[in-house]
Amino acid sequence: MTERHECGRPPSELAAAALPAAAERRREPSRAQLDGRTAPPRFSFRSSTGEASKPAPAEAKLRTEDLEVWYGPVRALKGITLEMAANRVTALIGPSGCGKSTFLRALDRMNEVIPGVRTTGRVLLDGQDIYAPGVDPVEVRRRVGMVFQRPNPFPFSVFDNVAYGPRRHGVTSRSELQAIVERSLKEAALWDEVKDRLRAPALELSGGQQQRLCIARALAVRPEVLLMDEPASALDPIATGRIEDLLTELARSYTIVIVTHNMQQAARVSDSTGFFLDGQLIEFGRTEEIFTRPRDPRTEAYITGRFG
Amino acid sequence: MSENTARTRSTLEAQLATLREDLLRMGAMVREALHKAVQALKTQDPELARSVIDGDEDIDRLEHDIERQCLLLLALQQPMAVDLRAIGTALKTVTDLERMADHAVDIARVALAIGQEPLIKPLVDIPRMAGIIDGMLRDGLRAFLEKDAELACEVAARDDEVDHLYSQVYRELLTYMLEDPRTIRQATHLLFVAQHLERVADHVTNLSEWVVYMVRGELCDLNP
Repeated sequence: MTERHECGRPPSELAAAALPAAAERRREPSRAQLDGRTAPPRFSFRSSTGEASKPAPAEAKLRTEDLEVWYGPVRALKGITLEMAANRVTALIGPSGCGKSTFLRALDRMNEVIPGVRTTGRVLLDGQDIYAPGVDPVEVRRRVGMVFQRPNPFPFSVFDNVAYGPRRHGVTSRSELQAIVERSLKEAALWDEVKDRLRAPALELSGGQQQRLCIARALAVRPEVLLMDEPASALDPIATGRIEDLLTELARSYTIVIVTHNMQQAARVSDSTGFFLDGQLIEFGRTEEIFTRPRDPRTEAYITGRFG
Repeated sequence: MSENTARTRSTLEAQLATLREDLLRMGAMVREALHKAVQALKTQDPELARSVIDGDEDIDRLEHDIERQCLLLLALQQPMAVDLRAIGTALKTVTDLERMADHAVDIARVALAIGQEPLIKPLVDIPRMAGIIDGMLRDGLRAFLEKDAELACEVAARDDEVDHLYSQVYRELLTYMLEDPRTIRQATHLLFVAQHLERVADHVTNLSEWVVYMVRGELCDLNP
């Protein structure tokens, strides 16, 4: 308990400085760390500072400013301003219909394909508004990949599923495709299980494998951000555990935003958590703060399971 | 959110209420044990001293029961935020309470060791220490019950008085021992009693710190 500080007073700078280092120790050494890249801080009970509700300092990869989405006359999102840090997992939680999935779809312009949807405000990817005139939504969706709730592999072979995106983007070289498929499947922690049956129909894989295949498919076009809408809700606990491990792994290379109904999952995998309610962002902060001492009574009511 | 408004988690609420009650009950038992131990010493009542020693088993049993409740709640209810903090506080505090009870037993043993031999001096400061500690523990438990962090901080501040009395007792007993070596045996026993009480006050301070954590979510050191 060396990090304790006096009641009501801010912690010593020493304790604050010790935090990232302590957080880092909790992770297993990774290739990324050996490369000298810093790993994102993980869930920890250590901090007790008043500042702690701010996300860990990290470069914002995605930022929304006063984002609003309307379904016809219904305002589904009410002025959301939120930063999603690079190489971190940001979790979005909230009850059904709170707008979290709408928010996620706004991040890669997926709402546009729904008739009658209007989006205002800005979504900045590396500081550039993806809704600005002249921005190609197809390019946006290449840089910002999406994985859905139910595994939705195409009725092709494992190989062709992963190669689908790169081919659409003009990759024709056999060896290049081979390399992309292998890299993507390895990143999705599926390679060892399917390397001997790349020609088998994807639909023959188990549910958990199918979901990792969909992740591999999303990774094949080398996105920078990965959006996940309840990626494990249709999976059994073991497959869920694999997906969660994978998220932690992928955060070393990608910025991840995940929508989940499973609060324990959000607590386990994310660095920052945002709580949505009724189209509003009620609270956003470091995951450890949100789940141990939320500021807003509505967040408290939701995460302790006492609504109303 | 309409379909969610009905959820109130009555099972969790009921189990947390039981946990709170049991912890307060254990606190009351510890207070009684401490009171009886010092009383047994003061009035040289071996029966009373033995009842403290015998009663420790009940306190230990309740401690294990509370620990089991906490672990089950963590495993089965996935408590978050204020609930998580309350359970963490109970789990830590129960150990402090158990240690306090052990000190009560130690004091009762001293009472038995001294037996009926005349006291080298009337006991004044030791009962005074015990009185302050009893008030601290009473208010610390109230702070827990009423989620009152201010009160918890104030309770912890009273530890200074106990420390002050402890060094006073120490100095006084030292002079007795210097004057007359025949008092050394009993004076040493009494010194241990003062030391036990001083430790009890530290455990009450720990309890207060955890009450502050439960209320505010801040780990703090009230006894820097």
